[in-house]
Amino acid sequence: MIFAVISGFILAALVPLFSSFARNLIPKIYPFLPLGIFIYLGTCFSQVTQNAPMHWSYNWVPSFGVNLDFRLDGLALLFGMLITGIGTLVFFYSSYYLKEDKYLDRFYGYLSMFMAAMLGLVLSDNLISLFVFWELTSISSFFLIGYKNDDPSSRKSALMALGITGFGGLVLLAGLIWIGFVGGSYSIIELVNSSELIKSHEAYPWIIGLLFIGAFTKSAQFPFHFWLPGAMKAPTPVSTYLHSATMVKAGIYLLARFTPVLGGTDSWNWTLILVGGITMLYAAAHSLFRTDLKSILAYSTISALGILVFLLGVGTEDALLAAGIFILTHALYKATLFLITGIIDHETGTREVTSLGGLQKVMKPVALAGYLAALSSAGVPLFLGFISKEIMYESTFHFSNWAIILTASIVLTKVFLFVAGFWVGIKPFTGNLPQEHAKAKMPSPLLWIPPVFLAGLCVLFGVFPGILDAFMQTVFNSMSPEGEVIHLALWHGLNWVLVLSLLTLGLGFALYKFLKPSQSLKGKLAPFDKFAPIELMERIGITFQSFAGSWTGFFQNGYLRNYVISILIFLTVLAGYRLYDGVDIHLDWSQISDITPSEFLVVVLMVTSIFFALITKTRTGVIVALGIIGLANCLFFLYYSAPDLAMTQFSIDTLTVLLFMLVLFQLPKNRSFSTRKLRVRDGALSLMFGVLISILALEVFEAPSYTEVSEYYAENAYLLAKGKNVVNVILVDFRGIDTLVETVVLVIAAMGVFSLLKLNLNPFNKE
Amino acid sequence: MELLLIFIIGLLHAAGIYMLLRRSMFKMIIGLILLGNGVNLLIFLLGRLVKGKPPVIDEASKVFTEIYADPVPQALILTAIVIGFGLQSFAIILIKRVYKVLETDDLDDLNSTDEEI
Repeated sequence: MIFAVISGFILAALVPLFSSFARNLIPKIYPFLPLGIFIYLGTCFSQVTQNAPMHWSYNWVPSFGVNLDFRLDGLALLFGMLITGIGTLVFFYSSYYLKEDKYLDRFYGYLSMFMAAMLGLVLSDNLISLFVFWELTSISSFFLIGYKNDDPSSRKSALMALGITGFGGLVLLAGLIWIGFVGGSYSIIELVNSSELIKSHEAYPWIIGLLFIGAFTKSAQFPFHFWLPGAMKAPTPVSTYLHSATMVKAGIYLLARFTPVLGGTDSWNWTLILVGGITMLYAAAHSLFRTDLKSILAYSTISALGILVFLLGVGTEDALLAAGIFILTHALYKATLFLITGIIDHETGTREVTSLGGLQKVMKPVALAGYLAALSSAGVPLFLGFISKEIMYESTFHFSNWAIILTASIVLTKVFLFVAGFWVGIKPFTGNLPQEHAKAKMPSPLLWIPPVFLAGLCVLFGVFPGILDAFMQTVFNSMSPEGEVIHLALWHGLNWVLVLSLLTLGLGFALYKFLKPSQSLKGKLAPFDKFAPIELMERIGITFQSFAGSWTGFFQNGYLRNYVISILIFLTVLAGYRLYDGVDIHLDWSQISDITPSEFLVVVLMVTSIFFALITKTRTGVIVALGIIGLANCLFFLYYSAPDLAMTQFSIDTLTVLLFMLVLFQLPKNRSFSTRKLRVRDGALSLMFGVLISILALEVFEAPSYTEVSEYYAENAYLLAKGKNVVNVILVDFRGIDTLVETVVLVIAAMGVFSLLKLNLNPFNKE
Repeated sequence: MELLLIFIIGLLHAAGIYMLLRRSMFKMIIGLILLGNGVNLLIFLLGRLVKGKPPVIDEASKVFTEIYADPVPQALILTAIVIGFGLQSFAIILIKRVYKVLETDDLDDLNSTDEEI
């Protein structure tokens, strides 16, 4: 199983390797990957449908509880077959659809990566690996949406999709970790047992809140829905695959997967009903204001996702069953509609529904697929859509006191979707063929077979729903482990649900006849644009960007002294607070030595030279003052038992002064640029720092000193290293390598100095 | 004496930072040198002051027989002095070069990577 999951990643990684010599083979070979996995999943079918989920486990990071645990149950199998099944068709379809594209090899790499990530996501039983695959789908979809990377709007859409889903993914990670923390396990199947514990925990509202944000961003629920219409910038096969059948359903999958763990509470149910309800109505109504085929499909997809969230929110057995069937139904008809949209776009060069018509004359099989998909979408009897719609109505119809409102809203949504489906699936094919599209011709079989095949399945399952019984039973049981035995049937008897169904069809047909897609309708929405979430999000983005800009500008302003000042203030405040907060300094006078006159003289000399260095206006003056400071330092070393230091300081000091003198007249003048006010400010700051250092020195001086290291060196200097000057022994023996590195540093500095002195690289002289 | 040294250390640090905050590159180097001196003295002081007892073992004995000055801070400072010299000399030559090429020693003229000719 792990091979099935990671083979996609492997093939994606191999693309750059192959593309140098076998570019043209890639589109011919890669479609067999999803096909192979689909067949493999097919072999697992009989075992899984006998309610015996299969399980594979591979250690990954066991110390963190992160394992590659794969579990194939009904729900995973449903998604797995959709991913690989529709994947196979899309892979074949793209090989013709994007035939002329020069980056086709890259495209297949992204697509394989996406498919593998999606498979991993639905098969993972481990929360953390689930998150990893979740993010991988976001990342690979970023590449796919932005595939036409020379188009700025395409890049923008990809960025927005990544921003929204990536943000949701991070929120989801927090939620998942929290679940694992509360439930004591990262395995979903084990968490089902601690379901009551998690639900009664005080963090439960937070957990489901975080989980919801993750699911809603991925599945384009209101108010995060706006990235999906933008993502339609992707090539049509990508939209088919990612934005109807698989990726956007990942959020639905997540909610369905966690229904047995977290579901069943009022806060779970009503949040989902509310968000799903708003999304399905809002998006369904929106789809009628669009004229671009893909935009219509995008909004109707959002609406369908809303229906799924809504059904999971209703949460009764009927509703969960309806959700399970609707996932399949929607994937089949929506993928078909997307694929035929791609064909229309490919053959006529337009997707404007207003300018399309009569195409059935030139592409009969495509038209057939369109009709069938539209009818399934509308829920006409003998189609799979009819069965899912029946169960949907059944579930809301029996839902406590709110039955009427919920049923009414879902009926209304279905009426809108009826029209949207007809616009895409029927309208372009009926009526008169416009003159400009007369030359449109029948596409290659690679393009028209996939949609016809999918549309055929809509009918097959619709006429003989019984063949889905066993499959849907296991899907249902993954969401509701103790669920009853189900039986799908075409005919549910004469009841209110059937009346509602007919009402939907009647109203939908009436609306289709009455309402024509038009640009003016689209224009009517324009005044509301500024309230749309997408506008809001863009404004937040721009504000954040300018905030980040000014923040960076404030701290990284390019002035060295401002950096020094920030560091100083931070350090002084932090250390100063610590000193203020509970350090009392008391001097132990017995540790303080006396002052001899000669020492005092050196101190006076030093203080005087420091002040002289500060105020003198001549370069020579400063250098002389520095020399005196160095020599005074040298004398301190001499007084207090450090002859080596005194010698070094003396020679170095002399060298520095010499070096200064050497280049003195090529150095800039000792000028003063700043105003008096600035000098006072800097003076105060540096004084503050000086006082702080003094206090710190005093405090450290008071603390007891630890001398084990020194004692070790002192004792072993002669015994181990045969040297009597301990400082020398430390430098050249105990820490010999350090000294070696130090000499290297000096050599590098010397080389730098030499080359700066000698080389003539003055760019101004060359001109 | 320690108190006087602490005062000097504070003074060296304050003077060093003050010079570092100037806009003139020349003063910046002076600040760097002053700061280096201050830090060396600080480390020296923290090794405690011992008079007339350098960490050198007597001719006659193999280990120390009486009190001695702490050798570790001395080794550290020795390294610091030498490395400090490397840094200073490089900095001196660098500003000489910069001054020659750009004909300015105002740091505020240098805070952009773009050559404005």
